[in-house]
Amino acid sequence: MTMDTNKKLAVFIASAIVLAVLPFVVGNTLGNSWVRTIDFALLYVMLALGLNIVVGFAGLLDLGFIAFYAVGAYTFALLGSPHFDIHLPFYISIPLGAGLAAMFGLLLGTPVLKLKGDYLAIVTLGFGEIVRIFMNNLNAPVNITNGPQGINLIDPIQVGGVSLGKAIEVFGFSLNPVHMYYYVFLFLTVVVVIMVYRLQHSRIGRAWVAMREDSIAAAAMGLNIRNIKLLAFALGALSGGVAGGLFATFQGFISPESFGLLESIMILAMVVLGGMGHIPGVILGAVVLTIAPEVLRDVIGPLQMHTFGKMIVDPENARMLLFGAAMVIMMLVRPEGMWPSKRRAAEFKDAKKG
Amino acid sequence: MDIFLQQILNGLVLGSIYALIALGYTMVYGIMGLINFAHGEVVMFGAMVTITVVTTLMNAGVALPGPMLVLIGLLVAIPACMLLGYTIERVAYRPLRNAPKLAPLITAIGLSIVLQQVAILIWGRNYIPFPAILDHETIEIFGATITKLQLGIVALCLLLMIGLLVVVEKTKLGRAMRATSQNPAVASLMGVNVNTIISATFVMGSALGAIAGVMVATNYDQAHYYMGFMIGLKAFTAAVLGGIGNLGGAVAGGILLGIIESLGAGYIGDLTGGFLGSHYQDIFAFAVLIVVLIFRPSGLLGEKMADRA
Repeated sequence: MTMDTNKKLAVFIASAIVLAVLPFVVGNTLGNSWVRTIDFALLYVMLALGLNIVVGFAGLLDLGFIAFYAVGAYTFALLGSPHFDIHLPFYISIPLGAGLAAMFGLLLGTPVLKLKGDYLAIVTLGFGEIVRIFMNNLNAPVNITNGPQGINLIDPIQVGGVSLGKAIEVFGFSLNPVHMYYYVFLFLTVVVVIMVYRLQHSRIGRAWVAMREDSIAAAAMGLNIRNIKLLAFALGALSGGVAGGLFATFQGFISPESFGLLESIMILAMVVLGGMGHIPGVILGAVVLTIAPEVLRDVIGPLQMHTFGKMIVDPENARMLLFGAAMVIMMLVRPEGMWPSKRRAAEFKDAKKG
Repeated sequence: MDIFLQQILNGLVLGSIYALIALGYTMVYGIMGLINFAHGEVVMFGAMVTITVVTTLMNAGVALPGPMLVLIGLLVAIPACMLLGYTIERVAYRPLRNAPKLAPLITAIGLSIVLQQVAILIWGRNYIPFPAILDHETIEIFGATITKLQLGIVALCLLLMIGLLVVVEKTKLGRAMRATSQNPAVASLMGVNVNTIISATFVMGSALGAIAGVMVATNYDQAHYYMGFMIGLKAFTAAVLGGIGNLGGAVAGGILLGIIESLGAGYIGDLTGGFLGSHYQDIFAFAVLIVVLIFRPSGLLGEKMADRA
C-alpha cells in the first residue's frame, strides 16, 4: 500500500517537474514555435476534455462544440480590444465568457432533449454553423463582430501590471509570451482536468454513465434525465468557453474562420482517437493530434529534398494527406482509441466475441 | 409575385440536386445506420472527373455538341465514382462494422481529408471553370425565368429518383436491400449476401452522387476541391429533415430545403426590415431543421424509433 502511494507520488512529482521545465527545454532545443504548438496542445486538451463530458461521459454526439469555443473567444475579444474600446481584465472576461458559453450550452441543450444519435449530431452541427454564420455577418447594420475581418489587437493577459504579451527578463532569464502563456494554460488545464476527474467520479458522473448506457432504466431509477443532459451540455460548454477566451488573448486576433465545422470535427477526433470517456486517453488524443501535423510539417519537406533532391509533393498537401490517412489507419487498428478506459476496452472485447 | 415564383423555381433546381445527394446518404444510413461523411467527396470527384474529360476532349478537337460531351464525361465519372464509393466502403466501413458508431465516423472524416488532398494533388486548389459548352438559354414561365439546363437538371433528377424507387421497390436487388436494412443477420440467413448488398448500396449512391456533382458544376459553372463539403452538409441536412433512412423523405427533404433556402434568401431582407441580408441563407436551412426536429424528432417522414438500450 505504501509502495503504491510512494510510486504515485514519484510519478506525480516527476510529471510536475517535466511539465514545469518543458517550455524551456523545448524552446532551447527546437525553438519557440514549438512552445507555441505546446500552448495550443493545452488549449485543445481543455476543449477535448469539455467535449468528452458531452460525448464520452453522457454519450451525446455533439458536432457543434466549436460554437462554445467561439462564444468564449468573442466574449473575451469584445471585452478586451479597441473594437468597442472596452478593456476588462482577464479575470472578469474569461469567467464571463465561460458563463456565457455555458448558457449557450443550455440554449442548445433545451430544444434537443428529445433527439438521439445522428439527429442530435446534425442539430448540434447546425447550431455550430448558425453561430459561425452570425459571427461572420454581424458587422452590419450594427457592427458587433466585425464580420469576416475578425477582431484584432485583443488585449494580452495582464498579471499585476505585467503584460504577458511582451517578453520580460526574470533573474537573467528572458521569458517570452509563449512561455508565460504556457503556465497560464497549464494552470487552467490542470483545473479543468481536476474538474472533469471529480465530475466523473461524482454522483453526476455516474448518472451520465447510467444515462449513456440505458436512459430508460436510468430514468426508472429516479434520475432526472433532462437535468443531467443539460448539465452535460453546460459543463462541457464551460470548459470550451474558457479555452476560447484563452485562445483570443493568446492569438491577439480572432475571426469566424477559426470556428468552422472542421474544428469541431477535429476535437471530436481527439476524443475518439484518444479513447472516449477516458480522461488520460483524451488528453493523449488532443496532444497527438495537435503535435502530429506540426511534426509532419517539419519532416515532409526536408525528407523529400533529402531523398529525391526536389519537392515532389507540396508539403502542406502531403502533410494533410498523411494526417487523414493516419486517422483512418489508427481507427482501423484501434477502434477503441489509443488509450481506452478498462471498462470500454472490456466492452470492446465482449462486442468482438459476441 | 414573379419574384416569389422565381425563388420557387430556383429552389426547385437546387432542391432536386440536394435530393439526389441526400438519397446517397439516406440509402447508406438505411442499410448500415451510419453517416457516410465521405459522400460529399464523391460528389466533388464526379464534377472534377467530368470537367477533366470534357476539357480533354475539347482540347483534342473533338467537335461534338455540348450535351454529348457532358454525357461522355459522365460516362467516365459515374464508374469512377462507383469505384470510389466501393473503395470507401471497403476501406473505412467494412472493417468497423461491429465497432461502435463513432469509429466509422472518424474513419470517414479521415478519408474525406485524404480525398480532398488527392483532389488538390490532381486538380489544384483553384476553382475550375466548367467549359462553356452548355446552352444557358432561358425560358419564361409566368414572369419567372429558368434556363433549359436547369429544366433538364430537374427532369433528370426526377427520372433518377423514380428509377431508384423502382429498383428498391420492385427488383430482387431492392428486396434484398430492404431486407438487409431491416435485419442483416436474418437477411443473410435467407440467402442474401449482405456484403454484396452493402457494396451495391454504396455504388448506387455514388453513381447518383457523381451525376449530382456534374449538375452542381454545370449550374454554378465551376468546381472546387472543397465543394463537396458544403453541398454534402446541406444534402445530409435534407436527408435528416425528411427522416433519414427513408427514400421518399430524402427527396421531400431535399426539395423542401432547396425551396426554403431560396425563399429565405429572397425574403429575409424584407422580413427583417433590411437588418439581415441574404448571406443568412444558410441559417434558414439549419433553423428549419432544428424547428422540424423539435416537433418531429425523427424527421418529416421518418418512422418513430423505439428507444433501444
